[in-house]
Amino acid sequence: MSETNTNAPLLEVKGLKKYFKTRRGMLHAVDDVSFKIERGKTLGIVGESGCGKSTLGRAILRLLEPNGGQVLFEGQDVANLNAEQMRLKRRDMQIIFQDPFSSLNPRKTIAQTIGEPLKLNKIITDKNKRMERVLELMSIVGLAERLVNTYPHELDGGRRQRIGVARALALNPKFIVCDEPVSALDVSIQAQVLNLMKELQSSLGLTYMFITHDLSVVNHFSDDIGVMYLGRMIEKAPAEELFANPIHPYTKALLSAIPIPDIHYKMERILLRGEVSSPIEPPNMCRFAPRCNDCMEKCRTSEPALVEVSPGHFVSCFLASDEVMPV
Amino acid sequence: MSNVSDNRRMALEIENLVVEYRTHEGTVHALNGLDLYIEKGKTLGLVGETGAGKTTAGLSVLRLVPDPPGVIVDGAIKLNGETIFDKTDKEMESIRGKAVSMIFQDPMTSLNPVFTVEDQIAEVIERHEQLTKEESYVKAREMLELVGIPGTRGGEYPHQFSGGMKQRVVIAIALACSPSVLIADEPTTALDVTIQAQVLEMMKGLREKYDTSMLMITHDLGIVAEICDSVSVIYAGRVIEHGDLEDVFDNTRHPYTEGLFNSLPNLQDRQSRLKPIQGLMPDPRDLPTGCPFHPRCDYAKDICSKERPPKTYRNERHYVECHLYNSENIVEGKVINR
Repeated sequence: MSETNTNAPLLEVKGLKKYFKTRRGMLHAVDDVSFKIERGKTLGIVGESGCGKSTLGRAILRLLEPNGGQVLFEGQDVANLNAEQMRLKRRDMQIIFQDPFSSLNPRKTIAQTIGEPLKLNKIITDKNKRMERVLELMSIVGLAERLVNTYPHELDGGRRQRIGVARALALNPKFIVCDEPVSALDVSIQAQVLNLMKELQSSLGLTYMFITHDLSVVNHFSDDIGVMYLGRMIEKAPAEELFANPIHPYTKALLSAIPIPDIHYKMERILLRGEVSSPIEPPNMCRFAPRCNDCMEKCRTSEPALVEVSPGHFVSCFLASDEVMPV
Repeated sequence: MSNVSDNRRMALEIENLVVEYRTHEGTVHALNGLDLYIEKGKTLGLVGETGAGKTTAGLSVLRLVPDPPGVIVDGAIKLNGETIFDKTDKEMESIRGKAVSMIFQDPMTSLNPVFTVEDQIAEVIERHEQLTKEESYVKAREMLELVGIPGTRGGEYPHQFSGGMKQRVVIAIALACSPSVLIADEPTTALDVTIQAQVLEMMKGLREKYDTSMLMITHDLGIVAEICDSVSVIYAGRVIEHGDLEDVFDNTRHPYTEGLFNSLPNLQDRQSRLKPIQGLMPDPRDLPTGCPFHPRCDYAKDICSKERPPKTYRNERHYVECHLYNSENIVEGKVINR
């Protein structure tokens, strides 16, 4: 097997790019994104529709082929692996999808769906032994044994999402991309699934990349949070630091927009103008400039780099970077 | 203060509404004696989870419950003091859009893709107001400006707008004839949080401008805290707790309402473990006996599975339907540990 450096971060992404060809030009879905995730930790990725957060998750697993950059998993660049090597690597890297209604095959029973990765990877070839493992996985995620032969349409959203979790766990992965795993669920069920995922993380030592648009969920769940806007990572910091001390004007507006279920909580809301601009052939300027309340002259002519303003806190905004590195 | 039950102060009153969907797979008991009232100029939040009956409640007010399979079995709805179940279909047509409008959840499907947005706004105005075609198009463009879309874009089709802008168009249609009651069914659920903030801010402004009474159907207690005056929490087709914001948020009494609050991640205390409500929503075809929440309730007693709890009032407005309470202990609370 390849060298495994246990001190290195489990996952390191360097300059990752994913572009899509459209009739109107290149769509920059993920544009030069870099970050690290330490073993056993959770990196939350937040952003609004179309910011590239799901594409980022898929490009890391090579469910979408990246156009550039590196994805180092335990120090090994997975972007260079051939198909067979990648197939083996995916045992360590799994994904839980957003929609528990469309991500399960309606013609397969729960047992077939959860057992499929074991069968395909020839991990457990014996049918009876495989069933034992399936039942074990079902009990780990809290699915009753009697449901083993049911089909997805017979189950509610919370139970379906538990199937998605069990399927992702089947191969004992080290790393799971969770792409909006609870956003299709009601709050009482959402809390059940979030608690389950947290318990699994500590008992199985999992590392998560948790993609969501829900800021209160990401705050609850993550060690570090990265904020994306139009394909760029515009701010990244430890969760508490980000909520206590947001620096990028977009992060500030995003945090101020969360409706808080407390009638005594009063927050000055920062309203943004307009809507997200087009990700197709973005001009060389700060991508947030058209909506920014603090936009300056140079924001429209050049793009700020992601710089570390305090330990672990990265921001790409001229307002912050000018203080650190005066021109 | 004046008498709250005075009819002239009520924009909308729903009393003991029972709605069933009679399907081949059995009868779905969507609403089981729903009581709801909104004072003139006020906003009521109707909060509950999927399948609680929120949308059926909204549709009933417009008499738009699909029939078949929907049957209104019992109850009364009064809109500005008038009973709507007495109205003919023709009369209902002039009430919808004029006296009461609805904003639907999904702006992608509630607009007609083959008509321009100004066509769709002008249609409502032409139907209800004595205006010429030209005048109604002028008014339609004014409505667009009002919701923050340049009037010059009126000739464009829904697909040319983003999600947030489509929802603004839907709001423009709903408000075009300044209805006295607006029913908003999860109006911002399909939108991103910064766009949601824009739309909520706009709705607050318009509500004040037109003095509209509003029924805000939502699952998000954060939105309720922000925009509503009072709250009704709905479970299995009944309001199980109702009161002003301070009553329900600061003096929560029903275990289900407590469970909803505890399920939410707390922004101030991120390490706290979430306390979800155990189990699942009951199947509305086969509701539990007694209190419908008892199988999931941490405080359930013997009586809870046998008798439906009566309303117990904490003050003139705040009540719960829960066997834990009597007229004495409801005032002090401390029965459930929030």
